[in-house]
Amino acid sequence: MINLTHYLLLGTILFGIGIYGVLAKKNAVAVLMSVELMLNAVNLNFIAINKFVAKSQMIGQLFAIIIIVVAAAEIAVGLALIIAIFRQKKSVNLNDFNLLKW
Amino acid sequence: MLETSVQYAWIIAVLPFIAFALIGLFLHRWPYFSAAISILAISISFIISLLVSLTVFTSEGSYIYEAAFRWLNMPGLKVDMGILVDGLTAVMLIVVTMVALLVQIYSLGYMHGDPGFASYYAYQSVFAGSMLGLVLANNFGQIFVFWELVGLASYLLIGFWFGRNSAKQAAKKAFITNRVGDFGFLLSILFLQILFGTLNFQGLAGEIAGYTNSAVLIAISLLMLAGPIGKSAQFPLHVWLPDAMEGPTPVSALIHAATMVAAGVYLIARAYFIFSSTPEALMAIAIVGGFTALFAATIAIVQNDIKRILAYSTLSQLGYMVMAMGVGAMTAGMFHLMTHAFFKSLLFLGAGSVIHALHDEQDIWKMGRLSKKMPITTWTFVIGALALSGIFPLSGFWSKDEILLGTYASGHIGLYILGTIVAFLTAFYMFRLIFVAFFGSNEGGEKAHESSPVMTVPLLILAVMAVIAGFVGSPLMGNVFAHWVSYPGLAHHNPSITIMLVSTLVAVAGILLAWALYQKEMVDVNAIKLKFNALYKLLYNKYYIDEIYQWLIDHLVDGTAKILFWFDIYIVNGIVNGIAALTGLAGYVLRYTENGQVQTYAIYMFAGIIIVIGLVMTAGFAIVM
Repeated sequence: MINLTHYLLLGTILFGIGIYGVLAKKNAVAVLMSVELMLNAVNLNFIAINKFVAKSQMIGQLFAIIIIVVAAAEIAVGLALIIAIFRQKKSVNLNDFNLLKW
Repeated sequence: MLETSVQYAWIIAVLPFIAFALIGLFLHRWPYFSAAISILAISISFIISLLVSLTVFTSEGSYIYEAAFRWLNMPGLKVDMGILVDGLTAVMLIVVTMVALLVQIYSLGYMHGDPGFASYYAYQSVFAGSMLGLVLANNFGQIFVFWELVGLASYLLIGFWFGRNSAKQAAKKAFITNRVGDFGFLLSILFLQILFGTLNFQGLAGEIAGYTNSAVLIAISLLMLAGPIGKSAQFPLHVWLPDAMEGPTPVSALIHAATMVAAGVYLIARAYFIFSSTPEALMAIAIVGGFTALFAATIAIVQNDIKRILAYSTLSQLGYMVMAMGVGAMTAGMFHLMTHAFFKSLLFLGAGSVIHALHDEQDIWKMGRLSKKMPITTWTFVIGALALSGIFPLSGFWSKDEILLGTYASGHIGLYILGTIVAFLTAFYMFRLIFVAFFGSNEGGEKAHESSPVMTVPLLILAVMAVIAGFVGSPLMGNVFAHWVSYPGLAHHNPSITIMLVSTLVAVAGILLAWALYQKEMVDVNAIKLKFNALYKLLYNKYYIDEIYQWLIDHLVDGTAKILFWFDIYIVNGIVNGIAALTGLAGYVLRYTENGQVQTYAIYMFAGIIIVIGLVMTAGFAIVM
């Protein structure tokens, strides 16, 4: 029987992979994809908790849909930024973007 | 009519201030109009003063009128502005307004054509107004305010020709030296306020009569004495007065006679209820005064500058007055203050007339034969000098005699002998000045001419006053002055013919000695000078007091300043700059964490979240709430 713990474990693993990708990947597109992973890990948690804890209310699913919308907007803006910065730097390697400092 | 004049006595002090404001704000473009306003104001003050004094002097018994309004009201300190009119006030009002009026008229001639004519009259007005406010004051708070205003006005007038470096220096010196004395005065006022909760003279007089802690009273009196020592130029704060002659000569007349130095003596008289309750303080006053009298007189013998001789003579006479206060002869001291105001302003204005005629020549050895060219100046000057020397029956005779009588009769034999020696020295140096400058054989005075009437008429009026002012205090007229100005419990001494004879004899001896040395030239003066060269140098350089002070300032004050400067630069600045440098260093090190990599920042954020979660899990929610 698959219960809440399995869903949460899967969510945690996905989130961990996402964090790793955000912190370690050097390709900006890969980082964006890792961010999507993290967001979807959270979505999974919301839906699982909705299903197992408060079935009668739809709050968890509602949040999941909001996050999907935000993630779609975010990925559009993020890709646009990457294209813009690529035109300047001719690179998508994050190590080449170091303007945020003293 | 007369009674009402007393109620409006406050106008006396306010009018000069109005004149000052008018000149300062509107009229300074029209110098002679400014002068007219200023003279008009002081004239009206003079007339009201006459009415007030007449009321006070003709009333039965002791007359006191007091009125005030609350000026400053805060917890623990209430200061009134008011008027207190009694005999002492009345005498001072007459002296101050009369001398100030004559000096202002005289200045029309003396300051003629000066570019600062209008501001000169503005300062004159504020000087007179401040002094009148001081004289009318009914409490120590008010007296202190006007005391400082007098100091300010004297600063402005001494430094009137501020283009001259010496004038600037003298003005600063006067102001700073006075500040030393004022500090003690202010402390004593604060003590009075704390102890008795009032600054009103009559209120304090009642409180102090029942106060027994004499140690506190001695401390208060000695602190208060610092004020007169500064303002009335007593040793050791006398150094500013001889330098104060850097101002225009009429200003010197005003400072030396009516407005500035009189304030100190007046304060002692006004606060006599404090001083007389402590014999120790009175003794200190007497010694300071007596010492200053002798000290200044010895310096005056060898000076060559006409104004400098007069300045040291003023110091010496102020010493007399202060000594009189100290030996319990308060009436005699005030009497001498009054007569001295007339003949000393006469002498200064006379000296001004000579200096004006000789185009700013002040060395008496470069004068001579002035008596032929300037008869009015010469003879009024001689009258002033005779009065100062104490020759019968001029005013100085009566007042000086009262002081010597008071000193002798109260048992201060040493001070009496000292006073008599000073009387001899006074006569000697004044007639040395006269025989050299006015009757001497030098030809420096040949090109002189008599001054215009605007200058000589004040001289004549003052000469008349120098002759007759003494009669109000003479036994011939029943000594009415003692009824005007007195203090309960003062001993009254019967006039002594012996003392009169002795003081007259020494004065005549002084005049004769001066005549023999400087007119007949029986003995070569230069030979005496050479024989006692060391003494001469000591006196000529004023006992090197100025040099000693300069040395003290250079070494003590500047040395302290150097230490404090070092402390400021290396300790205070070191701490402040050290903290700043530490912050800078920390920033310098920490900036390497800011490498511009978004992922590094993300790691910091993630680590932060982990730490917060870790804390919440180990310590519970309390730590984050």
